[in-house]
Amino acid sequence: MAFLGWPVLRQVATRDWLGRGPSVTSPTTAEAGARTSTADRVAQSVCPYCAVGCGQRIFVRDEKIIQIEGDPDSPISRGRLCPKGAASEQLVNSPRRVTTVRYRRPYGTQWEDLDLATATDMIADRFVQARRDYWQEQDADGNRLDRTMGIASLGGATLDNEENYLIKKLFTAAGAIQIENQARI
Amino acid sequence: MAECHPVGFQWVTEAKLRGAKVIHVDPRFTRTSAQADRHIPIRAGSDVVLLGALINHVLSNDLWFRDYVLAYTNATSVISPEFRDTEDLEGLFSGYDPELRTYDQSSWAYAQTDGGTVDEPGSDGTADTATESDTAEGQAFGEGGPPLEHHRIRKDPTLTDPHCVLNLLRRHYARYTPELVAETCGISVDDFAYLAAAVVANSGRERTTAFCYAVGWTQHSAGAQMIRTAAILQLLLGNMGRPGGGIMALRGHASIQGSTDIPTLYNLLPGYLPMPVAGKTDTLASYLDGIASKKQKGFWANADAYTISLLKAWFGDAATAENDYCFGHLPTLSGAHGTYQTVLSMLEGGVSGYFVLGQNPAVGSAHSRLQRLALAKLDWLVVRDLQMIETATFWQDAPEIETGELITDQIGTEVFFLPAASYAEKSGTFTQTQRLLQWRHKAVEPPGDCQSELDFFHLLGQKIRERLAGSDDPRDRPLLDLTWDYPVDEHGEVDPEAVLREINGHADGELVDGFAQLRADGTSASGCWIYAGVYAGGVNRSALRVPNGGGGPTASEWGWAWPANRRILYNRASADPDGRPWSERKKLVWWDADASRWVGDDVPDFPIGLAPDHRAAPGTGGPDALDGTDAFIMQADGVGWLFAPKGLVDGPLPTHYEAQESPVPNPVYPVQASPTRVTFRRQDNLFAASAGQPGVEVYPYVFTTYRLTEHHTAGGMSRWLPYLAELQPEMFCEVSPQLAAERDLVNGGWATLVSPRAAIEARVLVTDRMRPLAVRGRTVHQIGLPYHWGVGGHAVVEGDAANDLLGLALDPNVQIQESKVGSCDIRPGRRPRGPAVLDLVAEYQRRAGLTPDTSKEA
Repeated sequence: MAFLGWPVLRQVATRDWLGRGPSVTSPTTAEAGARTSTADRVAQSVCPYCAVGCGQRIFVRDEKIIQIEGDPDSPISRGRLCPKGAASEQLVNSPRRVTTVRYRRPYGTQWEDLDLATATDMIADRFVQARRDYWQEQDADGNRLDRTMGIASLGGATLDNEENYLIKKLFTAAGAIQIENQARI
Repeated sequence: MAECHPVGFQWVTEAKLRGAKVIHVDPRFTRTSAQADRHIPIRAGSDVVLLGALINHVLSNDLWFRDYVLAYTNATSVISPEFRDTEDLEGLFSGYDPELRTYDQSSWAYAQTDGGTVDEPGSDGTADTATESDTAEGQAFGEGGPPLEHHRIRKDPTLTDPHCVLNLLRRHYARYTPELVAETCGISVDDFAYLAAAVVANSGRERTTAFCYAVGWTQHSAGAQMIRTAAILQLLLGNMGRPGGGIMALRGHASIQGSTDIPTLYNLLPGYLPMPVAGKTDTLASYLDGIASKKQKGFWANADAYTISLLKAWFGDAATAENDYCFGHLPTLSGAHGTYQTVLSMLEGGVSGYFVLGQNPAVGSAHSRLQRLALAKLDWLVVRDLQMIETATFWQDAPEIETGELITDQIGTEVFFLPAASYAEKSGTFTQTQRLLQWRHKAVEPPGDCQSELDFFHLLGQKIRERLAGSDDPRDRPLLDLTWDYPVDEHGEVDPEAVLREINGHADGELVDGFAQLRADGTSASGCWIYAGVYAGGVNRSALRVPNGGGGPTASEWGWAWPANRRILYNRASADPDGRPWSERKKLVWWDADASRWVGDDVPDFPIGLAPDHRAAPGTGGPDALDGTDAFIMQADGVGWLFAPKGLVDGPLPTHYEAQESPVPNPVYPVQASPTRVTFRRQDNLFAASAGQPGVEVYPYVFTTYRLTEHHTAGGMSRWLPYLAELQPEMFCEVSPQLAAERDLVNGGWATLVSPRAAIEARVLVTDRMRPLAVRGRTVHQIGLPYHWGVGGHAVVEGDAANDLLGLALDPNVQIQESKVGSCDIRPGRRPRGPAVLDLVAEYQRRAGLTPDTSKEA
């Protein structure tokens, strides 16, 4: 080791009196930076778990989410996230996540692949059929019901207001009344 | 709160640093308890006794906030002389029909100034006969409370009339003493005295007390009444509508508030408008009469404008005055159609297709065993989620496959798993637990076939409409008349801002700035009247992101709170009747006499120019009928209700009843459990015997379910994440050292829990966090169960589901299940495998002599 590379001299040269700063920083560490610093863009978002509504910043590079952090600007959360919120990146980038349609036919023993457009058409066909088959015009006293009992739905508390709005609007117009979400549970 | 809403809890910590006292009442010791000044363990299900005793303490020691209570509550209102209290009728109120198990509420009504009672709008003053379908209607009065035919209510400012509300309250709670608390809740007289002193000392002009709760209050057969008990106490102490006061519902899903405001719920339309009811409110005229009378006070009297604007938003040009704005396009209810009624109907083959959207009922709903069995009876099932959750794979790996109850190749259910876009892959609003809408910006495109619900349902709607195009069947008219043309971007995805603009609403072609601009003549449209204003001035205010909300006490430039960006509801009550702040320390909104308007740090929740000394002219209705002191502007009489003369199907005053399953006899009344609770008497929904009945010793322990910091409800968003799965890898039960000794349970070992519905296994955590309680001379052991795990083949971690143990007993007001209290036995070791687990459950049922009629009586 060259004389000038002696630790004590490095410490003096860099005024690193406690020996915990630049005098002991490896080249790897010196070159390391936050992965957020290389992000192409940052999207402001909101944590998807509980209803506190903590602010999140989602860092994107090459059209992929690389990091999710608390938003320090949020007056609700002041940049903090709980263990779940801090794990959000694993939620969106989970290797277990299913990204294609899976179909199980009646009495089938395994999943099959199915094209998304075909699946949507099949669901629309079944929706129209079930709506018709379970239609109720009137009750026993002749009061109007104008509804179908053949279609039910559960979910909404994890979805956006705009999504809940379309779901309620479509199902109500279809006469489907058994529309529920976690708020009942 | 520190467990389930940790980041929200930072504000409790801040308050504590500034001298606030934090008291945690919970059956178990949690991270919240660790931060609290005192943890007070309580027997699950006894909350009305504790809160009722606080009410009694406040009333009998004259500690109530006199100026606030006289001005802003119905304390001086006089109730019908026909009313009889539970003190008179041994635990029942007047009007009970034991056959139907419902109340005729007419005797609970306000007395009229000129004799008679103030009834529902449109009624002829004679008592209606209660029907079973009434039990579905308590929940239909959303934000505004139930309607009154007018507001000419007899008052007794001297508080001497025995029928005035304050005196009824005194009498009702007189027996709710610290001694009763000790023998019912297992809370010592000392702990009660500490709690009562702290709450009282921290209320009044200079200080306010807040109550925070989560589903610890909602998931009971008398859950709505528990929350109402807190509301009465908070009104008596003057803690509503003021900074630092209130009752804070800590809700558990990112937009569970939003999905109640814009409801994917059977009983509501957007903005807490009720769904029409067959034979009662199935025409526009009868519907509007049922919501509010034009002669009652406040803003619900304008419900016609909100309703017709909604119909215009949905049916557009097809909705005209001549056709009642297509009101007849709406389906009607007859009774309750909640998720549990629906699942029972599914079991009988009454439901063909089921959409499950970001929920996991096979694990997360009560009596999850029944949920899975019901899925097997469907024709088709659509699951939209990020992961292959247990609800999607029940036909492969449900526990019932192992027991032989379900056989894969004999299950006819057709299953579509459609991959969903995550929250980061779509733009839109969540409404958090304080009514705040926050816009999320899309970060990336969804991968593969993943799709937002917005796109999926838009497309599904288009395809359904294509299939019906040209139909002349009147039942298809609503779908064909629906406004369903939304602009799409270059990916073919719906522009969510266009939907938010429709929700905001418009009049005369312009976006409205608030709900005051909505009209009943068909010239305005709004998809959800309480959200009108989110686009005020043409700006998406939910996307406002001024750092720290611009500072100021309400951080008002961050997101947008409904209604009108008000951060504290009913904040007129933060000033005294003369419009002055109650104190400098607690000022929020006050009357500026020079400017002749309400001003302050929040958007005033009151007509802006209505002076405190204004008195409405006789005979007026709606907002015009408000006096300058009517702080509760959505209530039909302008005041907060200590006594609820209408609206709750199980009683006008909260009353203690034991849970559906309880080893403790009701110490207050001869009536054991809530007489109007909803139960389903079936062989597959048996209940344990309660105190005093044969077989009670077979399921001797109380279990209660809850969540952990590291997991999220049924685990769909947490058990698949390695970080979270590693932090909380395994299903466990928390037991006290005393119970462990009594049942030979070993820390880290296995235990089997048996309820009348199921048997599950869990790792044993022996801990002082669970404390046995002394209740009426006996020891009550409570067992804590997190409910995040389920049996399936795809998550990082799996385990038995706590919700298998639960039965279906519901609150009659809101149809929510009692999942915070149940009876079980616990024994060391793992549960039997295969069909043998069914034998174990059956052996217990036999030994206890259970039939569908067990614990049936009130």
